Amino acid sequence: MISCEGVGLQYSRGDGPEILRDLTFAVPAGGFRWLLGPSGAGKSSLLRLIYLAVRPTHGRLNVLGTEVGTARRRHLPRLRRRIGVVYQDFRLLAHLSVFDNVALPLRIGGRPEGQVRADVGEMLRWVGLSHKAAARPAELSGGEQQRVAIARAVVPRPSLLLADEPTGNLDGVQAERLMQLLRELNRLGTTVVVATHNDALVARHPGRTLRLAHGRLVADAEAGRA
Amino acid sequence: MREPRARLRRGRFDDLGLKRALADRLLPLLVAAMAFLAALALAGFVGAASLARHWREGAAAALTVQVPQPGAAAAGGGTRRDRVLAVLQATKGLGSVRPLSEGELNDLLRPWLGAGAETLALPLPAVIAVRLGAGAPDAAALADRLRAAAPGTLVEDHAVWVGRLAALARSLQACAGAALLLVAGVAAAVVAIATRAGLAARRQAIEIVHGLGATDGYIAGRFAGRTMLLAAAGGAVGALVALPVLLGLAELAAPFASPYGAESGAGLQLQGPATLRALPDPLWLALPALPLAAAAIGWLTAQATVRRWLRRLP
Repeated sequence: MISCEGVGLQYSRGDGPEILRDLTFAVPAGGFRWLLGPSGAGKSSLLRLIYLAVRPTHGRLNVLGTEVGTARRRHLPRLRRRIGVVYQDFRLLAHLSVFDNVALPLRIGGRPEGQVRADVGEMLRWVGLSHKAAARPAELSGGEQQRVAIARAVVPRPSLLLADEPTGNLDGVQAERLMQLLRELNRLGTTVVVATHNDALVARHPGRTLRLAHGRLVADAEAGRA
Repeated sequence: MREPRARLRRGRFDDLGLKRALADRLLPLLVAAMAFLAALALAGFVGAASLARHWREGAAAALTVQVPQPGAAAAGGGTRRDRVLAVLQATKGLGSVRPLSEGELNDLLRPWLGAGAETLALPLPAVIAVRLGAGAPDAAALADRLRAAAPGTLVEDHAVWVGRLAALARSLQACAGAALLLVAGVAAAVVAIATRAGLAARRQAIEIVHGLGATDGYIAGRFAGRTMLLAAAGGAVGALVALPVLLGLAELAAPFASPYGAESGAGLQLQGPATLRALPDPLWLALPALPLAAAAIGWLTAQATVRRWLRRLP
């Protein structure tokens, strides 16, 4: 599912600082991982590697059976469609309605419009935003925007779901609800990686943990023992 | 749910927000100006070609024969003028042989000699206008035979002038062609600049859509579709604006292009359907082709620009 062998990442074409160094770990299909570490440890960079926003400068990274370092550029879009991402800053399109934002990955994937309507409708009910389908993101609260971002990540039924600080804008109740959603998806077979530094959340939902510090992997163990 | 569904028809789904990002007034306006210039260049191209053809057909098919001392006796009896006329009339392949009357000669000379030309008692040659038909003899061979009948007879064909006019027409056509290429190049540059501005304005949306798995073809197609529409609209406006200008020019050119127009004065007062007929057929084909060409330039340029830009994304 995800397999890293000695993966390193440098920006600026190799002469910049090394953001990630010598990462080796594997996440099996259907697995769940917390990705923990202080700010600047490289959590977001590792997620960027996994969701194919950058390619590794060293080592071998295999995502969903594709060697990311050597894959042809034209093969990556199809792979990206199998990966759902909840960004820290949501990255919703401000000029589109909630409905259109959630429909985006389905339309990019060329799904028929009837299926798009059915799936998006169902997804908006699931995150409790059916009544806001026509609203623009700017008209929503931070928590509602986060739920739109989650709905968009989940609606194409990805094999792999990545979330970067998904509870950052949520109060305790909403964060808890989100974790229930992620756990539910994981139970249905989706591989889930959640980057956070919300320790209380991790304590309430123990799971295997990848802990980063200064761009290196310092622990790969069950939470509490890391 | 009813409201969003109502405005979610696929064709109108503008995920990259290009309706605002691509200059929807400036681009068509600039393309319209380019299309207008292209129409003028095309008219120049077609006009030069048709004028050259008419001149060639007109001038190459005519000879002027001058017989000095027309009234003097010729060797075989009769006047020199009559001998030359007899030879010409016996020659096969001549369309018409028409001696100019004294009045016509005086008309030709009046600009140089004034109204009293006929009273000056100048030794004027006889002038015979000959129109060549199919199978006409070579001008030099004909001249030899006429000189044999009346020594000193001059046969003037218009080969030199036809050659010069043809060279001028070719040069004009080359200039018009170069102008056309230049206009197409500038139009492509304008589209590329507009597309780049659109890319810069929608960078974040493009990155989001790219991250969601959109292919380069998907994103480039969005830009190219929008640019194609704007360019086609501009091309149509430019062609429509050019139409009356070209009709006016065609009216002015009609007397020169028509083999009889210059003599009859026809074409100076064209009206209604006759005005529309004044425009050569190739231009009737070229004008509707302008929006199509603009659309093609818009589509291709946007595709190339966007695909190149997208290479910076992994």
